[in-house]
Amino acid sequence: MDVPHFLCSTEQFDRLLALIKNEGYKLLGPTLRDEAIVYDELQSASDLPIGWMDEQDPGRYRLKRRNDGAYFGYNLGQHSWKQFLFPPKEKLWSIKKESSSKLAVFQEVEPAIEKMAFIAVRACEIQALLIQDKVFNHKGASYTQYNKRREQLFILAVNCTRSVNTCFCPSMNAGPHVTQGYDLALTEIIEENSHYFVVAVGSERGSSLCDQLKLQTAESSHCDKAYGLVEKNSMGMKRRVDNEHVHEMLMKSWECKRWDELASRCINCANCTLVCPTCFCSDTQDKVSLDGQYVERWQSWESCFNLSHSYLNGQSIRSSAQSRYRQWLTHKFGTWWDQFGLSGCVGCGRCITWCPVGIDVTEELDELKNELDAKT
Amino acid sequence: MLTPEIYQVQSNTQETPDIFTLVLSPRDKKRAPDFMPGQFTMLYCFGIGESAISISSDPRQPHELSYTIRAVGHVTRGLQKLKKGDEVGVRGPFGSHWPLVKKGSDVVLIAGGVGLAPLHSALLYLMSHRQDYKKIKLLYGSKKPEDVLYSQEMKLWQEQGVEVALTVDVADSSWKGEVGVVTRLIENAISSPKETLALLCGPEIMLKYAIDELLRAQVEQDNIHIAMERNMQCAVGFCGHCLYGPHFICKDGPIFPYTKIHAQLAIKEL
Repeated sequence: MDVPHFLCSTEQFDRLLALIKNEGYKLLGPTLRDEAIVYDELQSASDLPIGWMDEQDPGRYRLKRRNDGAYFGYNLGQHSWKQFLFPPKEKLWSIKKESSSKLAVFQEVEPAIEKMAFIAVRACEIQALLIQDKVFNHKGASYTQYNKRREQLFILAVNCTRSVNTCFCPSMNAGPHVTQGYDLALTEIIEENSHYFVVAVGSERGSSLCDQLKLQTAESSHCDKAYGLVEKNSMGMKRRVDNEHVHEMLMKSWECKRWDELASRCINCANCTLVCPTCFCSDTQDKVSLDGQYVERWQSWESCFNLSHSYLNGQSIRSSAQSRYRQWLTHKFGTWWDQFGLSGCVGCGRCITWCPVGIDVTEELDELKNELDAKT
Repeated sequence: MLTPEIYQVQSNTQETPDIFTLVLSPRDKKRAPDFMPGQFTMLYCFGIGESAISISSDPRQPHELSYTIRAVGHVTRGLQKLKKGDEVGVRGPFGSHWPLVKKGSDVVLIAGGVGLAPLHSALLYLMSHRQDYKKIKLLYGSKKPEDVLYSQEMKLWQEQGVEVALTVDVADSSWKGEVGVVTRLIENAISSPKETLALLCGPEIMLKYAIDELLRAQVEQDNIHIAMERNMQCAVGFCGHCLYGPHFICKDGPIFPYTKIHAQLAIKEL
């Protein structure tokens, strides 16, 4: 254990959130709404879905009461953190007409950036944030508003000591151990007579909060126990993707029959791309005032499942459902490597759970491989 | 990067029934940005939207950018209506450019339809560096005789030693040239294949057949360069619309060496 570790009681955790809030951060974290875990503003720890757990399977999501008071005894909902850094809708600029031919200057939007603290960020979600950092920053360009929000972000991570059936982060090298990109990382431990957190410190900001709370240094036995719980969870996850070979396999799969079979089930709803924490496609629209003299340029989330995504010169390049599903899967698990040097998938399983027809990407990748293997 | 600058329309000339050339200068007499032939900018038509358009002017003209555009969608039809003095938004230039550094070689430019526009800029560049190249040939296919672009300028190009071969799909009684697809002109145009640089721009189907012909004529794969087109909205690799297998057309392209995209060209609906 190279980073400092502390012990934190549930009371101290409540105070930890209050301290973060007092430092001017808006607390965002899991809350209970409409029978799902959704990310929203927290006033205090009591807004967390304490004592709840989730069950997830392809096309199925249910919340259930736990028989303990676990703070983080559930995994993920349909929301991902990207909505706060790369909002579903964002104004980019506006412009006015000054006369029939003249324009005023383009007014770039300077959004009021709030300091945000993400509470209970899982390992797979940190990996997703690091992926979007790469997407929105390359040598040619950077997404200014995203970066402004990202720079001030405080991340309170939580190690997963349980998982749901749709999770497969270990095979994507994205979890469940939180190893990077956090300020503080908690592991929740519930025993017969005790309920506490082992806290790993990942930044100066995190360290200063531990000092303010006067947290007790964790013994190596506590650290081992915490690590063991996460490791046991890791070993128990059944779904997997052959991350090492999937890119190569997909680059041979363009003509597979499986795409046709997939297209017969996929309803092109775009849910998978909207719940995906790394999908980054966006669209722009001009909103024109009724008098036609003022225009706002808005950016909004877009999906490669929409026909309009590949529109060119009066028609869509990817007009078949097969080609659109293929675009998504080959990009996420394949060509993403060529572009960003890593997979676009973090194994969170949201696309499996929130697919209304229960398409399971891990199964589809296996089927594609089987079809290719049968040919050779 | 995502916010345009304001430019003024200097002129708007109808070239053919649906193609026009727009000449723009930065407002306040500023210098236009430097660019290389093959690069594109995003043109913004007030209240309608943006469209990715290749620059077709001479890169040595510091105060203006010109564009030869086919009116095919909302934005391009909006741009077609602009008059001298009207203002538009311009972002860019973006993307890769034609590799015009292979001195001492023959250059063959193969264009279909409005695909001549991005090559027009390359042609002007080549003529201003005429001594650096051997033969320069333009093979250009149009649908009908009235669709032939830059027909007035072509005489000037020929005077400066550019061999021009035209073909149309459908001729009329006035047409003295070839009839048929542009790819049929390739075989005769290649005299020293190992020393030939080929620059291609046109519909994807034309590109595929033209590449086949070039390879058959033994032009080196590495010397074939292609302009690709996809839906582009952000132009900086963020919006995802122009994804083409592993490439973002906007930042890795739009000009690609054939060797970099030959695998993708074979895949339908990519």
